[in-house]
Amino acid sequence: MKEIKAADISAAVARMCMSANTKLPDDVRRKFEEGYKNETSEAGREIFRQLLENADLAFETKLPLCQDCGLAVFYVEMGEDVVVPGGINKAITEGMVTGYKDGFLRKSSCDPLTRKNTGDNTPAIIHIDLVPGDRLKISYMAKGGGSENMSRVTMLAPSQGWEGIKKFVVTRVAEAGPNPCPPIILGIGIGGTFEYAPKIAKKALLRKLDDVHPDPQIAAMEAELLAEVNKLGIGPMGLGGSYTCLAVKIAIAPCHIASLPLAVNVQCHSARHEEVEF
Amino acid sequence: MPTYSLNTPLTDADIEKLRAGDMVLLNGIIYSGRDAAHKKLSDLLDQGKPLPFDLKGASIYYVGPSPAPPGRPIGSAGPTTSYRMDAYAPRLYSLGLKASIGKGKRADAVKQAMRDFKGVYFGATGGAGALLSKCITASKVIAFDELGPEAVREMTVKDFPLLVINDAFGGELYAKPNLEE
Repeated sequence: MKEIKAADISAAVARMCMSANTKLPDDVRRKFEEGYKNETSEAGREIFRQLLENADLAFETKLPLCQDCGLAVFYVEMGEDVVVPGGINKAITEGMVTGYKDGFLRKSSCDPLTRKNTGDNTPAIIHIDLVPGDRLKISYMAKGGGSENMSRVTMLAPSQGWEGIKKFVVTRVAEAGPNPCPPIILGIGIGGTFEYAPKIAKKALLRKLDDVHPDPQIAAMEAELLAEVNKLGIGPMGLGGSYTCLAVKIAIAPCHIASLPLAVNVQCHSARHEEVEF
Repeated sequence: MPTYSLNTPLTDADIEKLRAGDMVLLNGIIYSGRDAAHKKLSDLLDQGKPLPFDLKGASIYYVGPSPAPPGRPIGSAGPTTSYRMDAYAPRLYSLGLKASIGKGKRADAVKQAMRDFKGVYFGATGGAGALLSKCITASKVIAFDELGPEAVREMTVKDFPLLVINDAFGGELYAKPNLEE
């Protein structure tokens, strides 16, 4: 068994929350630079220019990249031989609360009916997968509400297949239009069950924007969907242009013979996530 | 692209010269308000009570800023998605609101209210909250402090960069998606 101290986990999580909200990931920055160079619309290029300036300023001043510092979502891969005295959930939550407080990050969590703010961004949304071995990997994502609101889950009929999946995704992006802060990133979950499809869709958003899926068939599907979505011409902030979407990331899981679950998790351009390993 | 420098409170004459696509540098006092604050403003109106600020000529910024770190008037402060305020906006325009500031599409009822009562809808760049905060030189909570990030703030802005998304004549800047049907 490997023992990992809760205090070490909390400290690392606090650092991740503060860092991820102020430093744009390098792969996202590279896409902005590419867009600033290649976007066909002048208004769109101006948006990329502002986003690059915003990223520089956030890094220098430690102001959050976006005022919506999100609900704090964690994907945890925890080895079956790992022990965290005091508990992993508590360790992550305490780190998140500290990070959001000390980093002057916005607390965006509220009661769904009274709308009263919980005051400390709790609860952290924590997904734990038990894996063989003694490693612990914690990925953090600051998930903003604007893009989350544009996300959808649907249960397609198996007969609708890939064509039905494409149609649903493209229509969803078209209907969302300027609302989710394009250029967006799409996490697509295909298969699983009603709750599993969105779980893997969101996890797919943790991938690097410029990686290529190891399965060539899925890689081709991602490229096809990206091209289809970018034909919409919505452009940066909906002002028109060729960059509506920066990347499509697909995750696939077996599903029931009766079902074709599909989840479309929309991520805004401010794709803030980091990970830490113990 | 025409660029106008405007001072708040805005007048009918200011609004009448604006067309979708124009750029505006806004100066003066604006008020922050988003979901929960709009509900409270609406409740006050229902009860016949005064609002925490004068709506005549006012500009409301749909924003919930991050907390101000020491030495700064405000934290990161970019726009939130506007459609969630569509249920409240027509009434506010009818009572003198001249501009709302946010991002994303508006409902037809809001666009109609802007035509009927001479109003505009400005877009600010979403996800550029650190950059936009540089244009906010002062900020204080004037109502609903208990709402935290959603409290109503009086903000002083200097050359706040905005695009006219919807004008008072039915014009709209947003591109229609190329959907093959």
